[in-house]
Amino acid sequence: MRPDVLNHGYRPGTRLLFAVVRLFSGRPLPDAAKLVFYRPDFYGDPAKRFTHRAMRGPSAWSVGDRELMAAVVSRANRNAFCIGAHTATAEQAYADRPRVAAVLADLETAPVEDGLRATLRMLDKLTREGTVDAADMREVLAAGVTREQISDALAVGAAFNVTNRLADAFDFRVLDEEGFAAGAKFLLKRGYQ
Amino acid sequence: MSVGKPTPSQRGGAAVPDEKRAAFQILVDRVLRGPGDTTAEQRAEAFENPGADPLLGKVATDPTEIADADFAAARSAGLGDDQVFELVIAAAVGQATRMYDAALAALDEAAG
Repeated sequence: MRPDVLNHGYRPGTRLLFAVVRLFSGRPLPDAAKLVFYRPDFYGDPAKRFTHRAMRGPSAWSVGDRELMAAVVSRANRNAFCIGAHTATAEQAYADRPRVAAVLADLETAPVEDGLRATLRMLDKLTREGTVDAADMREVLAAGVTREQISDALAVGAAFNVTNRLADAFDFRVLDEEGFAAGAKFLLKRGYQ
Repeated sequence: MSVGKPTPSQRGGAAVPDEKRAAFQILVDRVLRGPGDTTAEQRAEAFENPGADPLLGKVATDPTEIADADFAAARSAGLGDDQVFELVIAAAVGQATRMYDAALAALDEAAG
């Protein structure tokens, strides 16, 4: 990662934790996980609480739906680390790899519910263009999505519009397929906190 | 925009309390107003006006174009690693906040 303090600037107890994770998993902790241990009072602790609430808190959206939203937002931001991480997590959450692949290949023809499709379309536009208007929201509401569901989807968008930027800025190392699959298993078991 | 301005949803305009936006605001407040190696003024500038700095401008609007040279330039300008860490986070959270609040305002308008 960059700057270099993100590679070496951890407290002794945190470095020991990283070593234990590597010993038992056979893999270094992904950079996204390491980042939240660096000066956690400044960013990591409040970011984890918000992201966990957005991704695992009460919602009419399933965990798979929210992980798919994270993948779509990350793709709109062209962030390789988060595309890999949340594509893998959505695939495992749904236990349906073709569904996720179809959405990422062509949202308009993918076999998903109209409400989810409209929500993903809105998140994609928000991320690419930086804003949406009331007409965009009316389209999502007209697809049967509730106001609360839209708010929940916007929280997912906010979480990954922060994380994607930090992944690029701090130069997160992109994992291989096995690494993303292992990370997805952890995220589904433990969440983001 | 003013920093940390409550959205209509936070003001009670939404049909339900938006606890997720409230959790996001805790992150915003910590990044902007908590202790750090940069001043609150520096972080507010990174949050609200990242385009004034080449690295922070890319964080906000073109993050895939960030390169090692951008960090080297920040160091040459006299910033230490912890200061860059704080300002990059402030710029990222600032851009996400503008997008989040614009979308919530659009939702408030659409839902009436």
